[in-house]
Amino acid sequence: MTFNRREFLKISSAAAGVAGLSPLLAQAKGKAAKAKVVIVGGGFGGATCARYLRLWDPSIEVTLIEMNKEFVSCPYSNTVLAGINKLKDLTFGYGGLKKAGVRLVRDEVTGFDTEKRRVKCKSGKTFAYDRLVLSGGIEMRFDQIEGYDAAAQKTVMHAWKAGPQTATLRKQLEAMPDGGTFVISIPPGPYRCPPGPYERISMVANYLKREKPKSKIVALDSNPDIVSKKGLFLAAWKKHYEGMIDYHPNSKPSRIDAKTKTILIDVNEVKGDVINVIPPMRAATLTDWAGVRTDANSWCPVDLRTLESKAIPNVHIIGDSISAPTPKSGSMANNYGKVCAAALVELLNGRSPESVPVITNTCFSATSENTAMHVADVWRMGDDGKWVKAKSGGVSKEESELEWQYMAAWAKNIWADTLGL
Amino acid sequence: MKKRMAYTALVVGVLSVGAAWAAEPIDTRTRLLAANCAYCHGPDGKSRGAIPSLAGLEKGYFIQQMKDFKSGARPATVMHQHAGGYTDEEVEKLAAWFAAVK
Repeated sequence: MTFNRREFLKISSAAAGVAGLSPLLAQAKGKAAKAKVVIVGGGFGGATCARYLRLWDPSIEVTLIEMNKEFVSCPYSNTVLAGINKLKDLTFGYGGLKKAGVRLVRDEVTGFDTEKRRVKCKSGKTFAYDRLVLSGGIEMRFDQIEGYDAAAQKTVMHAWKAGPQTATLRKQLEAMPDGGTFVISIPPGPYRCPPGPYERISMVANYLKREKPKSKIVALDSNPDIVSKKGLFLAAWKKHYEGMIDYHPNSKPSRIDAKTKTILIDVNEVKGDVINVIPPMRAATLTDWAGVRTDANSWCPVDLRTLESKAIPNVHIIGDSISAPTPKSGSMANNYGKVCAAALVELLNGRSPESVPVITNTCFSATSENTAMHVADVWRMGDDGKWVKAKSGGVSKEESELEWQYMAAWAKNIWADTLGL
Repeated sequence: MKKRMAYTALVVGVLSVGAAWAAEPIDTRTRLLAANCAYCHGPDGKSRGAIPSLAGLEKGYFIQQMKDFKSGARPATVMHQHAGGYTDEEVEKLAAWFAAVK
């Protein structure tokens, strides 16, 4: 069977109409039919969204703007503080996304024109979009704690964005004398990774127990109680680290002194040899520049079916920045990246997005060098556009060595799924 | 002639895509549901570690396991918490989806 050129064009335009435009067909039609999606931020949300957009509709031109050369995983980074893993074990390049046909741009976004649909970058370049996806994560509110200024930030780590902060905190722990005190300040919710601070306490305790057994941990929690997996963490602390952890609820810091490594709670001064102050959080700064950080607590209200901003059309927000009842986790960001990608594929092809998406969260926390536990939940979209949480969700019955293996597998699989490894 | 050959190759590709779409439109809902399994079970349900792969599982087996996770007949660490969140119809479609992954 052969076709002449005219017949071919007839068939190709018919197929294009049915199948969604592949770049090849778009070229054959001689039209610039490519829809443009610009994604800002290559974390769990942005990277996943980019990869799945290309997978589900290769005709879409996907540009991912990321300021860092490499992806460093926040999940698992507490094991680096324990000395169990190295940062390089959780650091990956973006080559897999490039292979998937994502246009990678290493640059820093400096502003948006959401009327003309343009993203401006530090390099002077601008990027036009049909749809914009913001996956910037969180902004640390250092301004909420007196004394946590630029100078203090050089020596007091939050280590709540994995990378150089994690490495520095690990070095500080290594330099701490046996018999020293590690003080951690936990921010008020909602913050990134609800069980994260308690996992960090467990992992630092694990290191200290092995290497500096006379040391202590003081946990100053801004919240009225342990926010996540309370029973499991308390059981793990009793089993592995009895007598090492001094936990204080309702302990919001008002001031810190970086020089004397002191945290002020009301009138009480708490001094440490290493202090780790995790400040309150809100949606990433760039969401404010785009005009979408509009709720009372500085998160981004979105239509949860499409992740489109309720304030500005054609701007979608995914991951930790959104205002939602779901936890701010890597698993959720990965899920939201896919829900957003699926919705964009439909919208950019003139169809209706999925009206009843189902999303899941599975978060493991390490409790010792070979035990872990988890929380798992499923949410289904209700008629009112709000998530309905399935009754079947919950936490582990108890920590186990098997769950450490599952946690390791989860990490490998989510990194592969997010980055196309 | 050379040109014509090139077009032919192109058209065969186009036709097979077109035919697949015409015969069986992609179930985008199941595609999204299945994609959300990947962050634990690996891209396309092909796991890189201790969590079992889903790719290529026999359809009937997949459905039975999900039912047993849901009822508690098969004790689980994590999956009973997930299985309870899906309808029987969704489980059936997911089973067919993963059974078809090569």
